Amino acid sequence: MSKYTTIIGLEVHVQLATKSKLFCRCSTQFGAEPNTQTCPVCIGMPGSLPVMNEEALNLALQTAVALNCTIPPLTKWDRKQYYYPDLPKGYQISQYDMPMSEHGHLEISDSKDRFETKQIRILRAHLEEDAGKSVHDEVAGRADSVIDLNRTGTPLLEIVSEPDMRSALEARAYLDELKLLLTYIGVSDCNMQEGSLRVDANVNLHIDKGGEKIATPIVEIKNMNSFRAVERAIEYEAGRQYKVWQETGAKLGDSPKQTRGWDDAAGVTRGQRSKEESSDYRYFPDPDLVPVSFSDEQVDAAKASLGELPSTIRESLQSDHGLSAYDAEVLVNQGRTLIDYYQSAVKVAGDAKGVCNWVTQDVLRVLKESDAGIETFSITAASLGDFVAKQKSGELPTARGRDVFDAMLEKGLSAADAMHSLGIEEVDDSELESLCQSLLEANPRIVDDVKGGKQQAVGALIGQAKKQNPNADPSKVRQICLDLIAKM
Amino acid sequence: MSLIELSAAEQSRKLAAGEISSVELVQAYLDRIEKYDGSVGAFLRYDTGRAIAAAKEIDKRRAAGETLGPLAGIPVAVKDILAERGQRTSCASKMLEEFHAPYDATVIARLKATDAVLIGRTNMDEFAMGGSTENSAFQTTQNPWNLKCSPGGSSGGAAAAVAADFAPLSIGTDTGGSIRQPAGFCGIVGFKPTYGRVSRFGLVAFASSLDQVGPLARSVEDIALLYSVIAGHDPQDSTSLDKPIEFATPIDKPLEGLKIGVVAEHFAEGLDSEVESAVREAFATYESLGAKLVEVSLPHSKYAVATYYVIAPCEASSNLARYDGVHYGYRSDQAKLAAELAAERAALEEAGERGAAEDLDTPLVRMYRKSRSEAFGPEVKRRIMLGTYALSAGYYDAYYLKALQVRRLIRQDYDKAFAEVDVIAGPVTPTPPFELGSLVDDPLAMYLVDLYTVSANLTGIPALSLPCGASKSGLPIGLQLQAKPLAEETLLRAGHMYQSATDWHTRRPPL
Ligand SMILES: [Zn+2]
Repeated sequence: MSKYTTIIGLEVHVQLATKSKLFCRCSTQFGAEPNTQTCPVCIGMPGSLPVMNEEALNLALQTAVALNCTIPPLTKWDRKQYYYPDLPKGYQISQYDMPMSEHGHLEISDSKDRFETKQIRILRAHLEEDAGKSVHDEVAGRADSVIDLNRTGTPLLEIVSEPDMRSALEARAYLDELKLLLTYIGVSDCNMQEGSLRVDANVNLHIDKGGEKIATPIVEIKNMNSFRAVERAIEYEAGRQYKVWQETGAKLGDSPKQTRGWDDAAGVTRGQRSKEESSDYRYFPDPDLVPVSFSDEQVDAAKASLGELPSTIRESLQSDHGLSAYDAEVLVNQGRTLIDYYQSAVKVAGDAKGVCNWVTQDVLRVLKESDAGIETFSITAASLGDFVAKQKSGELPTARGRDVFDAMLEKGLSAADAMHSLGIEEVDDSELESLCQSLLEANPRIVDDVKGGKQQAVGALIGQAKKQNPNADPSKVRQICLDLIAKM
Repeated sequence: MSLIELSAAEQSRKLAAGEISSVELVQAYLDRIEKYDGSVGAFLRYDTGRAIAAAKEIDKRRAAGETLGPLAGIPVAVKDILAERGQRTSCASKMLEEFHAPYDATVIARLKATDAVLIGRTNMDEFAMGGSTENSAFQTTQNPWNLKCSPGGSSGGAAAAVAADFAPLSIGTDTGGSIRQPAGFCGIVGFKPTYGRVSRFGLVAFASSLDQVGPLARSVEDIALLYSVIAGHDPQDSTSLDKPIEFATPIDKPLEGLKIGVVAEHFAEGLDSEVESAVREAFATYESLGAKLVEVSLPHSKYAVATYYVIAPCEASSNLARYDGVHYGYRSDQAKLAAELAAERAALEEAGERGAAEDLDTPLVRMYRKSRSEAFGPEVKRRIMLGTYALSAGYYDAYYLKALQVRRLIRQDYDKAFAEVDVIAGPVTPTPPFELGSLVDDPLAMYLVDLYTVSANLTGIPALSLPCGASKSGLPIGLQLQAKPLAEETLLRAGHMYQSATDWHTRRPPL
């Protein structure tokens, strides 16, 4: 048994995929020249006023219902006040005591069964504006900073989980599932490199000391730039906290919540200056914005707009399509467009397992090799479905499947045209019978061997048959030969 | 009768009829400004060349037969707190002394669209905080009726400009009485519309939930003219009301059976006897016009000033956080600042005070500190500190939240009263204009001048201040009329009724 249990809660900031910022019409496009996507509103000019972006509200609402959150009848906006050069108004417009959604949950599971399927509760999800970016340029001890305000005012949804995760693996699964969900409903591109998804982790330990449960002080870990980094940071932090507890015996409540930054290169968390932590944000309702109430119709419309969610699709792939949990996961993890592709192909093929095999093995391999998405894949879903259907009906011999697939891929042909170009035709049964008859006549020894009980001797005939007619189906040739010999 | 003695409405008619030109009209006002503003100090800035050029352009367009806006060719003075593209918008603060707004406030855009001639920018208390215009970082404004007296504030320049005939119309802002009180002190009309009627976009915020832009003029008729131009829904202001503003009936139609509420609490201790008798005389005038006086009670009004001086500073402390020297506005000399820090550090280290040296400001924090302490005046600092304190953890519930609760109670008082009466009438201020310098060292006494005006801001209702008398020493006394939300029409008709029967608004200061 482990010496302790790791308790993990995650705060995820997701940039919503709106064209314009939360309170003005500036573009949210990433990568523009610094300070080119600004206006009096987002740089906090005197006299400017915020106006809520309806699209951001909608995307936030969609996310909230997808996370099974309750939508309170009224939500309002508050000012979170602190001084920082990348915060031009001296406050961030956020939500304090009346968030737009709360009390949701997200189910996580592991197809490799390393942890049991569980629900991670979502405490709340609220909308807020992003700050700008300070670029520090420290020359010879003189700290000089420049500021890019392009990002200022970009809409963020902060999704706060309850401390329901018990391992770095579970935390990783939560992030993977959250990201998958968000990309499925199309509310965010979740690109961590561009900062559209940011994660902070709250971690502490429950240590069992002779039947007594001891909690260590909670630490908030920041600066994690990938999901892998989150896993590593949590693992490191759990070990560190256990060591500190052994040395000092410090318990929860002995000291204020500490913030530590993850140093990915060194693989350690480091304490940040306590001065920066203990701020009083003096939250109060923003008098420039009016409270919003979502009607039941709006909430229903948001639910209806979601489409099938990953968890539902995974389930139906297993129960309706008969796929394994593993295959279902592989497919769903590829995203909504691939699932659409798969489902369209299955409709044509009438063979879910067959389509699944070709998609998970060959299609994904080709996409990976060419570093492309399914949108640009040269075999359409209908073609692939037709291709799988032809194999299932026997029109296309299984052994020639790969050749036909490659021809379809390279030349952009339909399954029929590819088969034609390779000279693959279904051989008529009577034609096959006369071919077999002539082979038996020419090979009396083999006939004798089979009659003497050596059935495998017929294999030599299959090779000859393929030489005479490459379209001859080996299994059919074998069966016809055996039948004819039996009649002789 | 000289041009400047005409009302803006009459000027507009004569301009439209081609009897006068805008250049003539603007020049007449500019002549007065040149002659008298040296002693009044109403304007922070005015640009003779620009005003005449604008007037010429309008005359030309009129001659060409173009359809022009209702204020075409008429001078309008603007309080220096509304953003105007390319122009300085200083809020009478050293902080924004060199700030040129990159955009037009909605009110400015509407004035431009209606072809008004923006004649100059008027003085005010710094960031609209004050009741005497003495808190301007740049100059004092004198009351045209007595240059030793304050014109009131914070829109003191706006009121003095109209009283001194520097412009027939001017734009002010009212957060706790900042239009009505100076209008009362200067013997003119000031109007604070219902909160949300006039867009706040481009109005540099003092207290966002209380701030409202409004007109100042000599007559209620002119007030209605300017109000109809600046009011209306603005999608750029989320708190702007999407309600039509057209008046159903002309304001010169008297109100039959008008019920006027007289508030018992208004006539308590602290009310100057001259003000009281002038206001009571106005009541009598209304009675003679057929109005009925009804006694009403506003029991929570005694908490209005205290409530106001919690809520307004709270919002101000937040709204003024942006003036930190980083992105625009005043920034303390950085070289001096760095040298100062280095010297302090060296001294502490020399004295062996390593801990204290460690605790010294970072250069950034020192820049914030210095920029703000050097560029804000004492009243602005006082309110930022009050507000920051009241919003701090542990005090929020006792101050800010409590104030919001009282604010609701005050509104309920008004709702009850307006169930019985059409308008509530009373004094604008407890006293006639006070002498410049007499209250500067007593902020509490200065705050009490707002006694009768802050409730309209706390409740969002429209309120009008109009001249109704004079003290023995010849200083103006104002009458305040308040109505329920959106009842601007009632208010303006009631005001016009009074002015049709009296001549206080036609009196001019002896400059
Ligand atoms: Zn912007």
